[in-house]
Amino acid sequence: MAKITYIQFDGTETVIDVKPGLSVMEGAVKNNVRGIDADCGGACACATCHVFVDPAWLDKVGQKSAMEESMLDFAENVEENSRLSCQIPVTEALDGLIVRLPESQH
Amino acid sequence: MSDLNAHVVIIGAGHAGGTLAALLRQYGHTGLISMVGDEPIPPYQRPPLSKAWLKGEADADSLALRPLAFYGEANIDFRPSVRAVKLERSARKVHLSDGSELSYDFLVIATGARAIALPIPGADLKGVLSLRTAADAEALKAQVGPGKQLAVVGGGYIGLEVAASGRALGAEVVVLERETRLLARVANEVLSEFFRDYHQQRGVRFELGASVTGFEGVDGHVSGVKLADGRIVPCDAAVVGVGVIPNDELAADSGLETARGVVVDLEARTADPHVFAIGDVAHRPMPIYGRMFRMESVPNALEQAKQAACAITGRPAPMGEVPWQWSDQYDLKLQIAGYAFDVDEIVVRGDPASGKFAVFHLKGDQLQSVEAINAPPEFMMGRQLIGNRKPIDKAKLADPTVSMKEVAA
Repeated sequence: MAKITYIQFDGTETVIDVKPGLSVMEGAVKNNVRGIDADCGGACACATCHVFVDPAWLDKVGQKSAMEESMLDFAENVEENSRLSCQIPVTEALDGLIVRLPESQH
Repeated sequence: MSDLNAHVVIIGAGHAGGTLAALLRQYGHTGLISMVGDEPIPPYQRPPLSKAWLKGEADADSLALRPLAFYGEANIDFRPSVRAVKLERSARKVHLSDGSELSYDFLVIATGARAIALPIPGADLKGVLSLRTAADAEALKAQVGPGKQLAVVGGGYIGLEVAASGRALGAEVVVLERETRLLARVANEVLSEFFRDYHQQRGVRFELGASVTGFEGVDGHVSGVKLADGRIVPCDAAVVGVGVIPNDELAADSGLETARGVVVDLEARTADPHVFAIGDVAHRPMPIYGRMFRMESVPNALEQAKQAACAITGRPAPMGEVPWQWSDQYDLKLQIAGYAFDVDEIVVRGDPASGKFAVFHLKGDQLQSVEAINAPPEFMMGRQLIGNRKPIDKAKLADPTVSMKEVAA
């Protein structure tokens, strides 16, 4: 299991034990964590699972694919540490990961 | 009319119903929530059934919208393997197939749609399958593999996705389509030809303009598909993907207005203030097109779940959305925004031969819809332009060297 902390736009923190193999998005949605819509269920088709990865973890969550990069380019409020959480597979190495959620996914 | 303590009964445990139940709790609903589903498992995602799941890249756990335990923890009374058989609106009561009944303050009809079964001889043979539920997908998966012959009846999105997954699993695939081109109901010729070529290059065979008249069988199992010209296309399994019918009978029988779908307003409510309808079963207004219609997509199910959750919990309605959907085949990602109503001009941006292009559908100088293949900027900006109704500079739009951000500026 990997402990992942999801921090809402209003500061509320939710810590979830996520099974390796799931994505960071699935860890949130399956536990009814607000703030990640994930309309397409992880197909990298909608950009509604946008998160800001804690800078200390950026190099551990892997690289963006060209498709993800392209989708993020047109999402709202994108920062250097923006990622689509459906494209981050959870591994034991991500135990302790912190992600922040944007105010809105649309 | 809203009430955080109301007893909400959701009929249907698909993407729409399951999302609504979870959203109600997210929005602070404290009243009882009952959710009745005719399948034995909690709400799950249907799109992967023809794609990642069929190819073995996703398991049952990852299909589930939320784990079964969630419903208990969230105090959602989930009743699997049960259907609603009669709605008695005057008594605000719904009768279920297990003989029980539920009283409600708000009833939400989220019964979805069912696959159309072809009324032709042999349609009841083993191995003649449709693809709507997880059980359907299990049955199909058992029939598809290296050396197996798979016949796909219907060249729509489901049929093409199954064809692509079938090839990935090593099966021989033939697609039989009644019309003279693929995706005839839902896409224009540029896309039809592109998909035909792309699939052919990957070994899929097509019979276009082929009228299927029956299925042949050996020992009760399908062995071939019979065509009107007398030919028989041999197969080990046949998947029928020729469209769906909304499950609107519960509503219609209770006297609610239906029009191939349950008629609802902008907050997903029927003419009865205590009854909502959401998802594939709803016939809903879509203001950007000035008309009402029924959509079959996950984003539509989610949007309407939001509308109903907001109305029930007294939140302002969500902002009107631009409808969209997607399809994955091989390494292609098709993203579609909007619907091509009243279109008088088509603009193709990019070269289909490059595997990366978009087809824009315009009415005058306004964008009605876009179909983007491996082209997220065209999809994302197109979706925005459909929503804001800005006049489009067609010369710029047709020129791939002009960025989509500039086109939309």
